[in-house]
Amino acid sequence: MSDLNLHSNPFKSNDTDSFNPKTKSPFSMKEVSQPKTNFVLTEMDRALVIATQEGLPVSERPYHIIGEEIGISEDEVISRLEKMLEHGVIRRIAVIPNHYRIGFKANGMTVWNVKDKDIKRLGRQIGELPYVSHCYQRPRHEPYWSYNLFAMVHGTERAQVEERAKKLKAILGDACLGHEILYSSKILKKTGMRLSKKESVKS
Amino acid sequence: MNQLEQQLIDEYQKGLPVCSRPYLEMANRLGASEGDVVSALSRLKQDGMLSRIGPVFNHKKAGASTLAAMAVPEDELAAVAERVNAFAGVNHNYAREHKFNLWFVVTAPDQDQLQTALKEIELSGGYKVMSLPMVKSHFIDLGFKVKWQ
Repeated sequence: MSDLNLHSNPFKSNDTDSFNPKTKSPFSMKEVSQPKTNFVLTEMDRALVIATQEGLPVSERPYHIIGEEIGISEDEVISRLEKMLEHGVIRRIAVIPNHYRIGFKANGMTVWNVKDKDIKRLGRQIGELPYVSHCYQRPRHEPYWSYNLFAMVHGTERAQVEERAKKLKAILGDACLGHEILYSSKILKKTGMRLSKKESVKS
Repeated sequence: MNQLEQQLIDEYQKGLPVCSRPYLEMANRLGASEGDVVSALSRLKQDGMLSRIGPVFNHKKAGASTLAAMAVPEDELAAVAERVNAFAGVNHNYAREHKFNLWFVVTAPDQDQLQTALKEIELSGGYKVMSLPMVKSHFIDLGFKVKWQ
């Protein structure tokens, strides 16, 4: 389990002068940059993302309504959405349930320290389990964080999540060097991906 | 929840039609009327059973994103969360039972702006941000299979 020292907080700004922007983060963010992507959203694509990211209208011609909002035709809305689907900018267009409200009261973010040489093979197996909704490899931040595989496990109650986490542990076997389950105690903000209306990322 | 409502959730975790009358096309497939589908979806929305109806964007292709965590003393958690949530680029924020007790997703148009946002969130929040961007996905997002009781 976690070997973090619970009695001192190295992240408290007062004693690590994090209010100085030049201070190096203990998590050295620079080493974890992502690759550049090849699909660039046009101005109109961005407007379309902003107009649809909070959901489509529920009335007979939703794409027509969206088009009127941003000043393009229904046909253009449809063709731009199709293009974004084709390029994978849009993963899917869906009726997205509120999992909590439809009975999945418990979800645990399970985090695993998996030997690097085994993570690809085992990550795929974990990702295929029906009760796992996300399964991602992420960087470690030693000594604060040793877990490199994240799998969101859903269940109707905590006991079921724990039962399922045991199955994940069995699949990982000797390749697993440690794990934890992080339960959410409160949803503080939940929206889909949001592009801000201005270029600025601050509201 | 009635049968049509369950079917709408089961059958349309992906592939909501992109055409002039999508709800009519869904209705034809499910053997209902367009009016039935529209009112069922409106009801589900109204009752909070849906988080939304619409596109799921791939953060990585539509810009840059990361999962971020902060370790905040419990008595400051609400105040820090409020400051973090004030950033438009923050779109999920969960309190979790752990030393790292604040977990949120940050998105930005590109990598440089993401790093700037993380720094700003750190300054505003008052605690170091641990950034955990996706290295590799082992999951194909096809929605989430619901087993009705």
